[in-house]
Amino acid sequence: MTEMYVLRVNGDEHAVADAWLGESLLYVLRERLGFPAAKAGCEQGECGSCSVFVDTTLVCACLVLAAAAADTEITTLEGLQPSARGAVTDVQRAFVETGAVQCGFCTPGLVMAVHALLETDPEPTDLAVREAISGNLCRCTGYGRILEAVEVAVAARRGAAR
Amino acid sequence: MAVIVPESLESALAALTAYPDAAVLAGGTDLMVEVNDGRRPLTRVVAVGRVPELTGIRVDGATVVIGAATTFAQLERDPVAELVPALAYAARTVGSPQIRNAATIGGNVATASPAGDALPVLVALGASVEIAGGNRRRLVPIADYFTGPKRSVLDAGELVVAVQVPVLRGAQDYLKVGVRNAMVIAVASLAIAVDLEARRVGIGLGSVGPTPLAAPEACSWVASRARWRSDGVEVADEDVVEFGERVAGAARPIDDHRGTARYRRHAVSVMARRALRRCTR
Repeated sequence: MTEMYVLRVNGDEHAVADAWLGESLLYVLRERLGFPAAKAGCEQGECGSCSVFVDTTLVCACLVLAAAAADTEITTLEGLQPSARGAVTDVQRAFVETGAVQCGFCTPGLVMAVHALLETDPEPTDLAVREAISGNLCRCTGYGRILEAVEVAVAARRGAAR
Repeated sequence: MAVIVPESLESALAALTAYPDAAVLAGGTDLMVEVNDGRRPLTRVVAVGRVPELTGIRVDGATVVIGAATTFAQLERDPVAELVPALAYAARTVGSPQIRNAATIGGNVATASPAGDALPVLVALGASVEIAGGNRRRLVPIADYFTGPKRSVLDAGELVVAVQVPVLRGAQDYLKVGVRNAMVIAVASLAIAVDLEARRVGIGLGSVGPTPLAAPEACSWVASRARWRSDGVEVADEDVVEFGERVAGAARPIDDHRGTARYRRHAVSVMARRALRRCTR
């Protein structure tokens, strides 16, 4: 057991009490704090479906020890700011418009990875896109429409910046 | 406290002295896999990622000192990319962006897996590992560091503080064979470093023995056969082929679920030839 600790998730503080020492950030987000967007896939850092930001760095929440993440700023998909056009982000909208979502299990992680990419590289090459999503497994789409979604998101941001 | 997050090296070492059974947590990419899988019961954790003495990269003469908490994402970029290009190439082959953002070079060294991607580079360059424990500090040459698969001279209560890597003039490379380009544990890997000043070639091999391996005989042989210039080195075609065979002779591979010993030895000879061709002309 750990002593009570506080996690700061999407700008709000959440107390975590009576937790087992080895609980991952993914487990605490989903099972204790009610943030279900990050998905529990492999729990060994292979699938990327639990991707979150810890202090603006994209990581697998399953490999973060929750109790050691006190004093960090955690951002989940639920905490991303929607675009001016509605309730979802521009990247989420691009995924929907291109049909890049099938079963949807990998989608939150991929959306986080694409946001991370576009933060640092607003005009990524095809290779940069493929490398950026190389840690996110999708077993439905074959990735074609996901790559298309990234192009659509890039174009939308280019248009918005103009 | 079950989770200790020390703010200094001194307090980290004090915690490890007080609780020798504590697990050391850096990037979590090795430890948490075992914890999630129920293979690693935890009683106490010392999280060292924020210890200032373990962070940062500094150049000290002809050596770059890389703090143990440096992530692979940081190794991909300058100054490491410029000073130790093979280490940056190796870093880029590790896991995914998410893994490289978390995993550290100190963790790679402490875990001491024969497949650790940074390790063949450290072997090829003749790096040293800075270790601290209690009141003791020691510097261990990488050739003396590994003692077996996931075993090293690192004792309970000790921490890897940094790696000291020579900055060499000459071409370097890192090659890795796996089932795909991303998210792969090496089936076989090879680092090469040419030292134009000392007229030496260094090789480090991964995943083809109980520990990362050097190939000293092959390296001194090829250095004696090469035509050294101030700005590069030439090796005859037939010597490149023989170098591949000699490096493969230094491998001590086994059959396992990732590949056979025969395949690994063959892969080493191909990688050694390819790496030497890329680094010579």
